Amino acid sequence: MSEHGSLAHHFEDLEQQRQSADLGMWLFLITEIMFFGGVFAAYAVCRWMNPAGFSAGTQHLDVTLGTINTAVLIGSSLTMVWAVQAGHEGDAKGISRNLMLTILLGGVFLVIKGFEYRHKFHDGLVPGPLFHFEGEHVAGIELFMCFYFIMTGLHAFHMIIGIGLLMWLIVLARRGRFTKEYSNPVEGVGLYWHFVDIVWIFLFPMLYLLEH
Amino acid sequence: MGATTVPLIERTREHYLNVRYGIKSWLLTVDHKRIAILYLISITFFFFIGGAAAVVIRLDLATPQGDLVESETYNKLFTIHGIIMIFFFLVPSIPAVLGNFLVPIMIGAKDLAFPKLNLLSWYLYVIGGSFTLWAMIAGGVDTGWTFYAPYSTTYANSHVILTALGIFVTGFSSILTGLNFMVTVHKMRAPGMTWFKLPLFVWSQYATSIIMVLGTPVLAITILLIGIERLLGVGIFDPALGGDPVLFQHLFWFYSHPAVYIMILPAMGVISELISAFARRAVFGYRFIAFSSLAIAILGFLVWGHHMFVSSQSPYAGMVFSLLSFLIAVPSAIKVFNWTATLYKASISYQTPILYAFGFIGLFTIGGLTGLFLATLAVDVHVHDTYFVVAHFHYIMVGGAIMGFLGGLHYWWPKMFGKLYPELWARISAAIIFIGFNLTFFPQFLLGYMGMPRRYHIYDPEFQVLHVLSSAGASILGIGYLIPMVYFIWSLRYGKDAGPNPWQAKGLEWTIPSPPTTFNFEEPVVVVEDPYAYPTDDEPTWPQPEEAHV
Amino acid sequence: MHDHQAARTISIRVFLALMVLTAVTVGVSFVNLGAFNLPVALLIACTKASLVLVYFMHLKGNFKLLWVAAASGFLFLLVLISLTLSDYFTRDW
Repeated sequence: MSEHGSLAHHFEDLEQQRQSADLGMWLFLITEIMFFGGVFAAYAVCRWMNPAGFSAGTQHLDVTLGTINTAVLIGSSLTMVWAVQAGHEGDAKGISRNLMLTILLGGVFLVIKGFEYRHKFHDGLVPGPLFHFEGEHVAGIELFMCFYFIMTGLHAFHMIIGIGLLMWLIVLARRGRFTKEYSNPVEGVGLYWHFVDIVWIFLFPMLYLLEH
Repeated sequence: MGATTVPLIERTREHYLNVRYGIKSWLLTVDHKRIAILYLISITFFFFIGGAAAVVIRLDLATPQGDLVESETYNKLFTIHGIIMIFFFLVPSIPAVLGNFLVPIMIGAKDLAFPKLNLLSWYLYVIGGSFTLWAMIAGGVDTGWTFYAPYSTTYANSHVILTALGIFVTGFSSILTGLNFMVTVHKMRAPGMTWFKLPLFVWSQYATSIIMVLGTPVLAITILLIGIERLLGVGIFDPALGGDPVLFQHLFWFYSHPAVYIMILPAMGVISELISAFARRAVFGYRFIAFSSLAIAILGFLVWGHHMFVSSQSPYAGMVFSLLSFLIAVPSAIKVFNWTATLYKASISYQTPILYAFGFIGLFTIGGLTGLFLATLAVDVHVHDTYFVVAHFHYIMVGGAIMGFLGGLHYWWPKMFGKLYPELWARISAAIIFIGFNLTFFPQFLLGYMGMPRRYHIYDPEFQVLHVLSSAGASILGIGYLIPMVYFIWSLRYGKDAGPNPWQAKGLEWTIPSPPTTFNFEEPVVVVEDPYAYPTDDEPTWPQPEEAHV
Repeated sequence: MHDHQAARTISIRVFLALMVLTAVTVGVSFVNLGAFNLPVALLIACTKASLVLVYFMHLKGNFKLLWVAAASGFLFLLVLISLTLSDYFTRDW
């Protein structure tokens, strides 16, 4: 039995604790898959029923900004990998540095997203009472924009939570809470961050690219 | 001197209930057993609220004109009955109370893998429950527990969003409980506790957790979409705007059909334990029962379309869902056959818990078989949305899940609180519940077959006799539920000490004192024995009804 | 130290692969492939997601149970989408 300070009372050793944390995080991500999955299924059905409207809706999104954001987010995944790696090496400074880079890239993503949103407001493409777009396939375009805002909104919400978690990790790292043997929280948040990246990997072609 | 101090120490033995006192020691506890007690209190509270709604419904249906309440109130009553009984009683009942208490003990662990998350689950449950109660007090909701669009999104003038928020939050409580159980069963088992040494109760909890983790998030997002559609008037479920109301039904039943198995699987796990303990032998076909739990959990996700046979779902999809629905009868039947085989030629002791187990087997079988009627496309067109369906799912939910919960509660009560309840009263109330239940719900099969639609406030006078029978049964059932409430509370103070193993049953939970200590086991556990390793020639002495001593 | 260096090299290679695939999916989207637009886009997205899962999320080299967990998540997502769509694809209206 280890006398390590990071070992909770009900675990036998650090390896059991690490595997439990890992499995718990993965199970949580499964729930996230199903959570987003519900919208994906709804999107598939609505696209099937309104092909022309969705195709027309896609044309209102900015492929360039979407592509830049995809690159930014994948970049943030890379720095996250490095942070986890630094955790395994017991390098607290490396953790902080890479997490800050990750936050920075995540922030860039959200800012670009914000500009896109503002543009949609300006064009009257926000579904609901503010929607005042006119032309062909109005209903289909509004439905498409509805999915656009729900999906990217949920995604952005997850990123904001993620950035909060990253800040918390930086505080922990600075307090010297992570050692070579114990950096479970960094790993867990890392998994979460990559998952959010995966969601975007699917959202990007579904919203920006298909039939644009 | 030594001889006199031993009983004194025995009496003041420290256990999880007396280790700390005060409200804070309960509200901030991370002990899985204390959290189980918190859940027990909260679900009992909700059970009686949901029950009260049912009482008013049944009273009102005693006359065809529905003299007691307005039609709008009636709609709110059956909605709140459904929502509270399903999301706030049945789903958390066995997992969050018995599962929380027993899963770590049964696998030889000190606690669940994530104790703080466990407490968070309870708080989410309470917060979600508060929202729902608030909505109820503020004027209620009248969509039915199913929230079908477009009524819920466009037309209903009641507190849809507040109630939906309550269910959304409570959903996360359920998700976190499932996640916690899965990690615990995978990673916290004591040395020697292999998968096939796990009690079948743990298997069923594990299977239930799979559904909680995979299904509940879809309900959460569906409810979120309903809220968005209602607030912003967008058209995901509105055909006029390019959406489809049947899409809502798909998403809703993707969770809500497996949710039926969230409610019944844990009860099946309880029944396996009860039957083995009182038939005093290993469960027949252990592996079959274990795997049938997993099969139910997985197949349960493939059958949801049978709720939608008379929606505008395509007939081809209907046929596929009908076929798949028949398949899920197989693992359920495997369980019933194996339980029966376990009981065959056993010397059974008729203690209260197994009375509930018998009730479960009979009623679940009726509920399950009528489920096959409903899975048949052509028959379903006839009885869809009638009292036949109402009777069917109450046979599963009340006759199955609640019988299982009560059976389990009677079986493990002495472990949870260290006290015996009065056996005679317990047997009487088990009989009352069984009689009251059948009188309430059997007439509903007939009503439904004759064409009485569900959720109707005012009905044709030809149905009155059966409705009156049903209402009479409900009042008996209500009394049957109140008696255990009284003697359980009574036993806390006046009950005889149970000792560590009043049933002389097998299983790790019976090897430790009642009530257990905070960390469950004083010594590290190493498991060598198979589950249910009852000796072939033992003659246990059971706690007897008071009359037996006279 | 050698291991750490190797891990860093792999992460950079995976990153570059993801970037290339992003470029490919954007490029392909400007070519109309008719019925193949969706399958190609999904195939590329799935490849990218797999790279992230296996390398960035360390499925590779981790205990087997995590593979099962990850796979079951995507499997049940597939069940949700495909059985739902099976209704819409077979409707006459």
